[in-house]
Amino acid sequence: MMDDLIWLIWTLAKIIGIAVPLILAVAYLTLAERKVIGFMQVRMGPNRVGPWGLFQPFADVLKLLMKEIILPAKSNRFLFLIAPVITLAPAFAAWAVVPFDDGIHLAQIDAGLLYILALTSLGVYGVIIAGWASNSKYAFLGAMRSAAQIVAYEIAMGFALVGVLIAAGTLNLNSIVTAQSGSLMHWYWLPLFPLLVIYFISGVAETNRAPFDVAEGESEIVAGFHVEYSGAAFAIFFLGEYANMILISALAALMFFGGWLSPFQGLGLEGTPLDFLTGSSFIWFFAKTCFFLYLYLWFRATFPRYRYDQIMRLGWKVFIPITIVWLLVVAVMVVYQIGWWW
Amino acid sequence: MIKTVTRYVKSLALVELMKGMRVTLGYFVAPKFTIRYPEEKTPKSNRFRGLHALRRYPNGEERCIACKLCEAVCPALAITIDSEQREDGTRRTTRYDIDLFKCIYCGFCEESCPVDSIVETDIHEFHMERNEERVVNKQQLLSIGDRWEQQIAKARSLDAPYR
Repeated sequence: MMDDLIWLIWTLAKIIGIAVPLILAVAYLTLAERKVIGFMQVRMGPNRVGPWGLFQPFADVLKLLMKEIILPAKSNRFLFLIAPVITLAPAFAAWAVVPFDDGIHLAQIDAGLLYILALTSLGVYGVIIAGWASNSKYAFLGAMRSAAQIVAYEIAMGFALVGVLIAAGTLNLNSIVTAQSGSLMHWYWLPLFPLLVIYFISGVAETNRAPFDVAEGESEIVAGFHVEYSGAAFAIFFLGEYANMILISALAALMFFGGWLSPFQGLGLEGTPLDFLTGSSFIWFFAKTCFFLYLYLWFRATFPRYRYDQIMRLGWKVFIPITIVWLLVVAVMVVYQIGWWW
Repeated sequence: MIKTVTRYVKSLALVELMKGMRVTLGYFVAPKFTIRYPEEKTPKSNRFRGLHALRRYPNGEERCIACKLCEAVCPALAITIDSEQREDGTRRTTRYDIDLFKCIYCGFCEESCPVDSIVETDIHEFHMERNEERVVNKQQLLSIGDRWEQQIAKARSLDAPYR
Protein backbone atom coordinates (compact mmCIF):
# COMPACT_ATOMS: atom_id res chain seq x y z
CA MET A 1 0.00 0.00 0.00
CA MET A 2 2.67 2.42 1.09
CA ASP A 3 4.88 1.37 -1.80
CA ASP A 4 2.05 1.96 -4.24
CA LEU A 5 1.50 5.42 -2.85
CA ILE A 6 5.17 6.32 -3.12
CA TRP A 7 5.27 4.94 -6.64
CA LEU A 8 2.21 7.02 -7.52
CA ILE A 9 3.65 10.21 -6.08
CA TRP A 10 7.01 9.58 -7.72
CA THR A 11 5.34 9.01 -11.11
CA LEU A 12 3.26 12.15 -10.70
CA ALA A 13 6.41 14.07 -9.87
CA LYS A 14 8.05 12.72 -13.02
CA ILE A 15 5.02 13.66 -15.12
CA ILE A 16 5.16 17.19 -13.75
CA GLY A 17 8.91 17.19 -14.36
CA ILE A 18 8.23 16.50 -18.05
CA ALA A 19 5.04 18.50 -18.56
CA VAL A 20 6.11 21.79 -16.98
CA PRO A 21 9.37 22.17 -18.94
CA LEU A 22 7.42 21.14 -22.04
CA ILE A 23 4.87 23.91 -21.52
CA LEU A 24 7.71 26.37 -20.96
CA ALA A 25 9.38 25.09 -24.12
CA VAL A 26 6.15 25.68 -26.01
CA ALA A 27 5.94 29.20 -24.62
CA TYR A 28 9.45 30.00 -25.71
CA LEU A 29 9.01 28.25 -29.03
CA THR A 30 6.29 30.77 -29.88
CA LEU A 31 8.71 33.57 -29.03
CA ALA A 32 11.50 31.89 -30.99
CA GLU A 33 9.19 31.53 -33.94
CA ARG A 34 8.30 35.20 -33.97
CA LYS A 35 11.93 36.18 -33.48
CA VAL A 36 13.32 33.86 -36.17
CA ILE A 37 10.66 34.74 -38.72
CA GLY A 38 11.12 38.40 -37.84
CA PHE A 39 14.87 38.15 -38.38
CA MET A 40 14.35 36.40 -41.71
CA GLN A 41 12.05 39.22 -42.75
CA VAL A 42 14.68 41.77 -41.67
CA ARG A 43 12.67 42.82 -38.62
CA MET A 44 13.46 42.65 -34.92
CA GLY A 45 10.54 40.53 -33.75
CA PRO A 46 8.94 41.19 -30.36
CA ASN A 47 11.35 43.11 -28.14
CA ARG A 48 9.16 45.30 -25.92
CA VAL A 49 8.07 42.98 -23.09
CA GLY A 50 11.12 42.39 -20.93
CA PRO A 51 14.71 42.23 -22.21
CA TRP A 52 14.70 41.03 -25.87
CA GLY A 53 10.98 40.34 -25.49
CA LEU A 54 11.64 37.44 -23.14
CA PHE A 55 8.37 37.90 -21.23
CA GLN A 56 6.28 38.14 -24.39
CA PRO A 57 4.95 34.54 -24.16
CA PHE A 58 3.61 35.19 -20.67
CA ALA A 59 1.91 38.37 -21.81
CA ASP A 60 0.32 36.42 -24.68
CA VAL A 61 -0.86 33.63 -22.41
CA LEU A 62 -2.29 36.11 -19.94
CA LYS A 63 -4.12 37.89 -22.73
CA LEU A 64 -5.61 34.67 -24.08
CA LEU A 65 -6.68 33.47 -20.65
CA MET A 66 -8.44 36.75 -19.84
CA LYS A 67 -10.44 36.64 -23.05
CA GLU A 68 -13.97 35.38 -23.27
CA ILE A 69 -14.56 31.90 -24.69
CA ILE A 70 -17.28 32.35 -27.26
CA LEU A 71 -19.49 29.32 -27.84
CA PRO A 72 -21.24 29.47 -31.22
CA ALA A 73 -24.99 29.20 -30.67
CA LYS A 74 -25.51 26.19 -32.92
CA SER A 75 -22.32 24.34 -32.05
CA ASN A 76 -22.19 21.06 -30.20
CA ARG A 77 -21.06 22.39 -26.87
CA PHE A 78 -19.55 19.17 -25.53
CA LEU A 79 -17.57 18.32 -28.64
CA PHE A 80 -16.61 21.95 -29.12
CA LEU A 81 -14.97 22.08 -25.71
CA ILE A 82 -13.50 18.58 -25.74
CA ALA A 83 -11.78 19.04 -29.14
CA PRO A 84 -8.86 21.22 -27.93
CA VAL A 85 -8.24 18.74 -25.12
CA ILE A 86 -8.15 15.87 -27.63
CA THR A 87 -5.54 17.79 -29.60
CA LEU A 88 -3.44 18.57 -26.57
CA ALA A 89 -3.59 15.29 -24.62
CA PRO A 90 -1.87 12.99 -27.18
CA ALA A 91 0.80 15.61 -27.84
CA PHE A 92 1.71 15.48 -24.16
CA ALA A 93 1.03 11.77 -23.57
CA ALA A 94 3.48 10.77 -26.30
CA TRP A 95 6.29 12.22 -24.20
CA ALA A 96 5.87 9.37 -21.73
CA VAL A 97 8.13 7.09 -23.77
CA VAL A 98 10.62 9.68 -25.03
CA PRO A 99 14.01 8.93 -23.50
CA PHE A 100 15.88 12.11 -22.58
CA ASP A 101 19.10 10.33 -21.71
CA ASP A 102 20.15 6.71 -21.45
CA GLY A 103 17.40 5.19 -19.29
CA ILE A 104 15.82 8.52 -18.32
CA HIS A 105 12.18 8.35 -19.29
CA LEU A 106 8.74 8.11 -17.71
CA ALA A 107 7.86 4.69 -19.12
CA GLN A 108 10.01 2.05 -20.75
CA ILE A 109 7.71 0.45 -23.33
CA ASP A 110 9.12 -2.13 -25.71
CA ALA A 111 6.59 -1.04 -28.32
CA GLY A 112 7.42 2.63 -27.75
CA LEU A 113 7.49 3.49 -31.42
CA LEU A 114 4.02 2.00 -31.95
CA TYR A 115 2.75 3.93 -28.94
CA ILE A 116 4.07 7.16 -30.43
CA LEU A 117 2.60 6.44 -33.85
CA ALA A 118 -0.75 5.65 -32.26
CA LEU A 119 -0.83 8.84 -30.20
CA THR A 120 0.32 11.19 -32.94
CA SER A 121 -2.47 9.78 -35.13
CA LEU A 122 -4.99 10.55 -32.40
CA GLY A 123 -4.19 14.25 -32.54
CA VAL A 124 -6.04 14.69 -35.82
CA TYR A 125 -9.33 13.76 -34.14
CA GLY A 126 -9.14 17.00 -32.21
CA VAL A 127 -8.91 18.92 -35.46
CA ILE A 128 -11.73 16.99 -37.10
CA ILE A 129 -14.01 17.21 -34.08
CA ALA A 130 -13.28 20.93 -33.72
CA GLY A 131 -14.23 21.51 -37.34
CA TRP A 132 -17.36 19.43 -37.02
CA ALA A 133 -18.54 20.79 -33.67
CA SER A 134 -18.09 24.43 -34.69
CA ASN A 135 -20.97 24.09 -37.18
CA SER A 136 -19.22 26.55 -39.48
CA LYS A 137 -18.42 26.09 -43.16
CA TYR A 138 -14.85 27.30 -42.90
CA ALA A 139 -14.11 25.17 -39.87
CA PHE A 140 -15.61 22.14 -41.58
CA LEU A 141 -13.57 22.70 -44.74
CA GLY A 142 -10.45 23.00 -42.62
CA ALA A 143 -11.27 19.77 -40.81
CA MET A 144 -11.82 17.90 -44.07
CA ARG A 145 -8.59 19.17 -45.53
CA SER A 146 -6.74 18.23 -42.39
CA ALA A 147 -8.23 14.73 -42.32
CA ALA A 148 -7.29 13.96 -45.93
CA GLN A 149 -3.82 15.43 -45.50
CA ILE A 150 -3.06 13.55 -42.31
CA VAL A 151 -4.20 10.22 -43.78
CA ALA A 152 -1.84 10.77 -46.71
CA TYR A 153 1.19 11.76 -44.68
CA GLU A 154 0.64 9.39 -41.78
CA ILE A 155 1.45 6.53 -44.15
CA ALA A 156 4.68 8.03 -45.44
CA MET A 157 5.70 8.93 -41.89
CA GLY A 158 4.90 5.46 -40.62
CA PHE A 159 6.89 3.87 -43.42
CA ALA A 160 9.83 6.15 -42.73
CA LEU A 161 9.80 4.97 -39.13
CA VAL A 162 9.53 1.35 -40.28
CA GLY A 163 12.91 1.96 -41.91
CA VAL A 164 14.30 2.90 -38.50
CA LEU A 165 12.65 -0.16 -37.04
CA ILE A 166 14.31 -2.43 -39.62
CA ALA A 167 17.67 -0.79 -39.05
CA ALA A 168 17.55 -0.92 -35.25
CA GLY A 169 15.68 -4.20 -34.96
CA THR A 170 13.65 -2.87 -32.04
CA LEU A 171 10.65 -0.69 -31.26
CA ASN A 172 12.08 0.45 -27.97
CA LEU A 173 13.17 4.08 -28.31
CA ASN A 174 16.00 3.67 -25.85
CA SER A 175 17.41 0.73 -27.78
CA ILE A 176 16.97 2.55 -31.09
CA VAL A 177 19.29 5.28 -29.84
CA THR A 178 21.84 2.91 -28.32
CA ALA A 179 21.85 0.97 -31.60
CA GLN A 180 23.16 4.12 -33.27
CA SER A 181 26.14 4.56 -30.95
CA GLY A 182 29.62 4.57 -32.43
CA SER A 183 30.13 7.87 -34.14
CA LEU A 184 28.43 10.55 -36.19
CA MET A 185 28.64 8.20 -39.17
CA HIS A 186 26.80 5.44 -37.32
CA TRP A 187 23.67 7.48 -36.79
CA TYR A 188 20.77 6.52 -38.99
CA TRP A 189 20.62 9.77 -40.91
CA LEU A 190 23.25 8.43 -43.28
CA PRO A 191 21.84 5.07 -44.36
CA LEU A 192 18.25 6.29 -43.99
CA PHE A 193 18.76 9.75 -45.47
CA PRO A 194 15.74 9.70 -47.84
CA LEU A 195 13.60 8.43 -44.99
CA LEU A 196 14.85 11.22 -42.73
CA VAL A 197 13.86 13.83 -45.29
CA ILE A 198 10.48 12.24 -45.86
CA TYR A 199 9.92 11.74 -42.14
CA PHE A 200 10.55 15.36 -41.37
CA ILE A 201 8.53 16.76 -44.28
CA SER A 202 5.67 14.43 -43.34
CA GLY A 203 6.08 15.61 -39.77
CA VAL A 204 5.67 19.19 -40.91
CA ALA A 205 2.55 18.18 -42.81
CA GLU A 206 1.33 16.14 -39.83
CA THR A 207 1.53 19.11 -37.49
CA ASN A 208 -0.26 21.34 -40.01
CA ARG A 209 2.65 23.74 -40.22
CA ALA A 210 3.71 25.91 -43.15
CA PRO A 211 4.02 25.09 -46.05
CA PHE A 212 1.36 22.43 -45.38
CA ASP A 213 -0.95 24.56 -43.24
CA VAL A 214 -3.95 24.36 -45.57
CA ALA A 215 -6.08 23.28 -42.61
CA GLU A 216 -5.72 26.86 -41.38
CA GLY A 217 -5.25 28.53 -44.75
CA GLU A 218 -5.94 32.14 -43.75
CA SER A 219 -6.26 33.26 -47.35
CA GLU A 220 -8.97 30.77 -48.30
CA ILE A 221 -10.76 29.51 -45.21
CA VAL A 222 -10.01 32.24 -42.64
CA ALA A 223 -8.46 30.14 -39.86
CA GLY A 224 -9.73 26.69 -40.77
CA PHE A 225 -10.77 24.39 -37.99
CA HIS A 226 -10.20 26.86 -35.15
CA VAL A 227 -12.01 29.80 -36.71
CA GLU A 228 -14.72 29.70 -34.01
CA TYR A 229 -12.32 29.30 -31.10
CA SER A 230 -11.22 32.09 -28.81
CA GLY A 231 -9.52 32.69 -25.50
CA ALA A 232 -8.31 29.71 -23.48
CA ALA A 233 -9.79 27.12 -25.88
CA PHE A 234 -7.74 28.61 -28.71
CA ALA A 235 -4.70 28.74 -26.45
CA ILE A 236 -5.00 24.98 -25.89
CA PHE A 237 -5.05 24.35 -29.65
CA PHE A 238 -1.98 26.51 -29.90
CA LEU A 239 -0.27 24.61 -27.10
CA GLY A 240 -1.11 21.29 -28.74
CA GLU A 241 0.23 22.37 -32.12
CA TYR A 242 3.53 23.53 -30.70
CA ALA A 243 3.88 20.53 -28.37
CA ASN A 244 3.42 18.36 -31.46
CA MET A 245 6.14 20.29 -33.27
CA ILE A 246 8.52 19.69 -30.39
CA LEU A 247 7.55 16.02 -30.32
CA ILE A 248 8.20 15.52 -34.05
CA SER A 249 11.56 17.28 -33.70
CA ALA A 250 12.51 15.22 -30.67
CA LEU A 251 11.59 12.02 -32.52
CA ALA A 252 13.66 13.05 -35.52
CA ALA A 253 16.59 13.58 -33.17
CA LEU A 254 16.04 10.20 -31.53
CA MET A 255 15.45 8.14 -34.65
CA PHE A 256 17.94 9.61 -37.07
CA PHE A 257 20.40 11.73 -35.11
CA GLY A 258 21.33 9.50 -32.22
CA GLY A 259 19.30 11.22 -29.50
CA TRP A 260 21.59 11.98 -26.58
CA LEU A 261 24.75 10.62 -28.25
CA SER A 262 27.52 13.12 -28.76
CA PRO A 263 28.47 14.03 -32.34
CA PHE A 264 32.13 14.00 -31.26
CA GLN A 265 31.96 10.37 -30.21
CA GLY A 266 34.37 8.05 -32.04
CA LEU A 267 36.49 10.81 -33.56
CA GLY A 268 39.56 9.87 -31.51
CA LEU A 269 38.94 12.61 -28.96
CA GLU A 270 38.62 10.13 -26.07
CA GLY A 271 41.40 10.61 -23.54
CA THR A 272 42.38 14.02 -24.90
CA PRO A 273 41.50 17.29 -23.10
CA LEU A 274 38.38 17.45 -25.28
CA ASP A 275 37.14 14.18 -23.77
CA PHE A 276 34.19 15.93 -22.12
CA LEU A 277 32.69 16.60 -25.56
CA THR A 278 32.32 12.92 -26.34
CA GLY A 279 30.08 12.04 -23.39
CA SER A 280 26.41 11.30 -23.94
CA SER A 281 24.23 13.97 -22.49
CA PHE A 282 20.73 15.37 -22.43
CA ILE A 283 22.23 18.54 -23.85
CA TRP A 284 22.94 16.88 -27.20
CA PHE A 285 19.38 15.66 -27.39
CA PHE A 286 18.17 19.16 -26.59
CA ALA A 287 20.44 20.74 -29.20
CA LYS A 288 19.35 18.30 -31.90
CA THR A 289 15.69 18.92 -31.10
CA CYS A 290 16.31 22.65 -31.30
CA PHE A 291 17.91 22.21 -34.70
CA PHE A 292 14.79 20.52 -36.07
CA LEU A 293 12.58 23.14 -34.45
CA TYR A 294 14.64 25.80 -36.16
CA LEU A 295 14.05 23.98 -39.45
CA TYR A 296 10.31 24.25 -38.78
CA LEU A 297 10.57 28.01 -38.38
CA TRP A 298 12.96 28.29 -41.28
CA PHE A 299 10.51 26.48 -43.56
CA ARG A 300 7.71 28.72 -42.42
CA ALA A 301 9.68 31.85 -43.23
CA THR A 302 10.76 30.52 -46.61
CA PHE A 303 8.07 28.51 -48.37
CA PRO A 304 4.68 29.60 -49.64
CA ARG A 305 1.70 27.39 -48.86
CA TYR A 306 1.21 24.31 -51.06
CA ARG A 307 -1.77 24.09 -53.34
CA TYR A 308 -4.10 21.44 -52.03
CA ASP A 309 -3.93 19.02 -54.96
CA GLN A 310 -0.14 19.30 -54.90
CA ILE A 311 -0.10 18.28 -51.26
CA MET A 312 -2.11 15.18 -52.13
CA ARG A 313 0.15 14.42 -55.10
CA LEU A 314 3.29 14.78 -52.99
CA GLY A 315 1.95 12.55 -50.24
CA TRP A 316 0.51 9.72 -52.31
CA LYS A 317 2.55 9.73 -55.50
CA VAL A 318 6.00 10.76 -54.31
CA PHE A 319 6.56 10.02 -50.64
CA ILE A 320 4.90 6.63 -50.37
CA PRO A 321 6.69 5.11 -53.41
CA ILE A 322 10.04 6.50 -52.30
CA THR A 323 9.67 5.19 -48.76
CA ILE A 324 8.68 1.75 -50.03
CA VAL A 325 11.69 1.60 -52.36
CA TRP A 326 14.04 2.74 -49.65
CA LEU A 327 12.59 0.25 -47.19
CA LEU A 328 13.64 -2.43 -49.63
CA VAL A 329 17.11 -0.92 -49.88
CA VAL A 330 17.42 -0.77 -46.10
CA ALA A 331 16.23 -4.33 -45.73
CA VAL A 332 18.83 -5.53 -48.24
CA MET A 333 21.55 -3.49 -46.50
CA VAL A 334 20.63 -4.93 -43.13
CA VAL A 335 20.41 -8.53 -44.31
CA TYR A 336 23.72 -8.46 -46.19
CA GLN A 337 25.40 -6.11 -43.68
CA ILE A 338 26.30 -3.57 -46.36
CA GLY A 339 27.97 -0.44 -45.01
CA TRP A 340 29.83 0.23 -41.78
CA TRP A 341 26.90 1.60 -39.82
CA TRP A 342 25.19 -1.55 -38.56
CA MET B 1 14.99 12.77 -71.97
CA ILE B 2 18.08 14.16 -70.28
CA LYS B 3 16.09 17.26 -69.39
CA THR B 4 13.40 15.20 -67.70
CA VAL B 5 15.97 13.22 -65.75
CA THR B 6 17.76 16.36 -64.55
CA ARG B 7 14.45 17.83 -63.53
CA TYR B 8 13.57 14.72 -61.52
CA VAL B 9 16.97 14.57 -59.86
CA LYS B 10 16.82 18.26 -59.04
CA SER B 11 13.37 18.11 -57.52
CA LEU B 12 14.23 14.99 -55.53
CA ALA B 13 17.38 16.66 -54.21
CA LEU B 14 15.24 19.67 -53.17
CA VAL B 15 17.60 22.01 -55.02
CA GLU B 16 15.12 24.86 -55.42
CA LEU B 17 14.03 24.60 -51.79
CA MET B 18 17.65 24.81 -50.64
CA LYS B 19 18.13 27.93 -52.72
CA GLY B 20 15.13 29.53 -51.06
CA MET B 21 16.35 28.56 -47.63
CA ARG B 22 19.76 30.02 -48.37
CA VAL B 23 18.12 33.36 -49.15
CA THR B 24 16.17 33.42 -45.89
CA LEU B 25 19.23 32.33 -43.93
CA GLY B 26 21.12 35.24 -45.46
CA TYR B 27 18.45 37.61 -44.23
CA PHE B 28 18.40 35.88 -40.84
CA VAL B 29 21.98 36.97 -40.17
CA ALA B 30 21.75 40.27 -42.07
CA PRO B 31 21.82 43.46 -39.98
CA LYS B 32 18.37 44.84 -39.21
CA PHE B 33 17.38 48.39 -40.10
CA THR B 34 14.80 48.75 -37.37
CA ILE B 35 15.20 51.76 -35.08
CA ARG B 36 14.08 50.83 -31.56
CA TYR B 37 12.23 54.11 -31.27
CA PRO B 38 12.23 55.41 -27.72
CA GLU B 39 15.82 54.20 -27.16
CA GLU B 40 17.15 55.02 -30.61
CA LYS B 41 16.17 57.93 -32.81
CA THR B 42 16.88 58.89 -36.37
CA PRO B 43 18.91 62.07 -36.89
CA LYS B 44 16.87 65.24 -37.37
CA SER B 45 17.49 68.10 -39.79
CA ASN B 46 18.30 71.54 -38.43
CA ARG B 47 15.32 72.71 -40.38
CA PHE B 48 12.94 70.33 -38.63
CA ARG B 49 9.60 72.06 -38.07
CA GLY B 50 7.97 70.97 -34.84
CA LEU B 51 6.37 72.63 -31.85
CA HIS B 52 6.32 76.45 -31.98
CA ALA B 53 8.08 78.85 -29.63
CA LEU B 54 8.32 82.61 -29.13
CA ARG B 55 11.84 83.92 -28.59
CA ARG B 56 13.24 86.80 -26.54
CA TYR B 57 16.21 89.13 -26.98
CA PRO B 58 19.19 88.41 -24.72
CA ASN B 59 18.06 91.28 -22.43
CA GLY B 60 14.81 89.46 -21.75
CA GLU B 61 12.59 91.59 -23.95
CA GLU B 62 10.21 89.58 -26.09
CA ARG B 63 10.97 89.87 -29.79
CA CYS B 64 7.44 89.89 -31.12
CA ILE B 65 6.28 93.34 -32.27
CA ALA B 66 2.76 92.27 -33.20
CA CYS B 67 3.19 92.97 -36.91
CA LYS B 68 0.76 90.10 -37.54
CA LEU B 69 2.59 88.96 -40.67
CA CYS B 70 2.49 85.39 -39.37
CA GLU B 71 -1.21 85.64 -38.74
CA ALA B 72 -1.69 86.92 -42.28
CA VAL B 73 0.50 84.30 -43.96
CA CYS B 74 -0.74 81.31 -42.01
CA PRO B 75 -2.52 79.11 -44.60
CA ALA B 76 -4.41 77.18 -41.92
CA LEU B 77 -5.54 80.29 -39.98
CA ALA B 78 -4.07 78.72 -36.87
CA ILE B 79 -2.65 81.93 -35.37
CA THR B 80 -4.72 84.55 -33.53
CA ILE B 81 -3.07 87.79 -32.40
CA ASP B 82 -4.39 90.77 -30.39
CA SER B 83 -2.13 93.73 -29.72
CA GLU B 84 -1.97 97.09 -27.94
CA GLN B 85 0.49 99.88 -27.24
CA ARG B 86 2.57 99.47 -24.15
CA GLU B 87 3.42 102.31 -21.73
CA ASP B 88 6.89 102.73 -23.28
CA GLY B 89 5.22 103.37 -26.67
CA THR B 90 6.12 100.07 -28.29
CA ARG B 91 3.53 97.76 -29.75
CA ARG B 92 3.22 94.31 -28.17
CA THR B 93 0.87 91.38 -28.36
CA THR B 94 -1.67 90.81 -25.62
CA ARG B 95 -2.72 87.53 -27.08
CA TYR B 96 -0.81 85.08 -29.27
CA ASP B 97 -2.64 81.78 -29.73
CA ILE B 98 -1.67 78.91 -31.99
CA ASP B 99 -4.13 76.12 -32.58
CA LEU B 100 -1.82 73.11 -32.95
CA PHE B 101 -4.58 71.02 -34.51
CA LYS B 102 -5.11 73.56 -37.28
CA CYS B 103 -1.39 74.13 -37.81
CA ILE B 104 0.11 72.25 -40.74
CA TYR B 105 3.70 72.94 -39.65
CA CYS B 106 4.57 74.64 -42.95
CA GLY B 107 6.99 77.10 -41.34
CA PHE B 108 5.58 80.17 -43.14
CA CYS B 109 5.14 81.99 -39.81
CA GLU B 110 8.83 81.55 -39.08
CA GLU B 111 9.82 82.69 -42.59
CA SER B 112 7.59 85.75 -42.48
CA CYS B 113 8.73 86.94 -39.05
CA PRO B 114 10.92 90.07 -39.42
CA VAL B 115 12.38 89.74 -35.91
CA ASP B 116 12.83 85.94 -35.71
CA SER B 117 10.34 85.81 -32.91
CA ILE B 118 8.02 82.94 -33.80
CA VAL B 119 10.04 79.83 -34.60
CA GLU B 120 9.37 76.15 -35.02
CA THR B 121 11.59 74.06 -32.75
CA ASP B 122 12.58 70.49 -33.47
CA ILE B 123 10.37 69.20 -30.63
CA HIS B 124 8.00 66.70 -32.15
CA GLU B 125 7.23 64.43 -29.19
CA PHE B 126 4.42 66.31 -27.46
CA HIS B 127 0.85 65.46 -26.70
CA MET B 128 -2.35 66.88 -25.28
CA GLU B 129 -4.67 65.09 -22.94
CA ARG B 130 -7.70 67.38 -23.29
CA ASN B 131 -9.10 69.07 -26.36
CA GLU B 132 -8.65 72.60 -24.93
CA GLU B 133 -4.91 72.06 -24.68
CA ARG B 134 -4.54 72.15 -28.44
CA VAL B 135 -4.43 75.96 -28.28
CA VAL B 136 -1.12 77.18 -26.89
CA ASN B 137 -1.14 80.78 -25.68
CA LYS B 138 1.53 83.44 -25.51
CA GLN B 139 2.78 82.49 -22.03
CA GLN B 140 3.26 78.84 -23.02
CA LEU B 141 4.99 79.77 -26.27
CA LEU B 142 7.36 82.13 -24.48
CA SER B 143 8.20 79.53 -21.85
CA ILE B 144 8.93 76.95 -24.56
CA GLY B 145 11.23 79.55 -26.14
CA ASP B 146 12.95 80.27 -22.83
CA ARG B 147 13.49 76.63 -22.11
CA TRP B 148 14.91 75.63 -25.51
CA GLU B 149 16.60 78.92 -26.49
CA GLN B 150 20.09 77.40 -26.78
CA GLN B 151 18.86 74.59 -28.99
CA ILE B 152 16.84 76.98 -31.15
CA ALA B 153 19.76 79.39 -31.57
CA LYS B 154 22.14 76.56 -32.42
CA ALA B 155 19.85 75.07 -35.06
CA ARG B 156 19.36 78.53 -36.63
CA SER B 157 23.08 79.30 -36.73
CA LEU B 158 23.88 75.91 -38.28
CA ASP B 159 21.26 76.42 -40.95
CA ALA B 160 22.13 80.11 -41.57
CA PRO B 161 24.61 79.51 -44.47
CA TYR B 162 21.90 77.82 -46.51
CA ARG B 163 19.14 80.37 -45.98
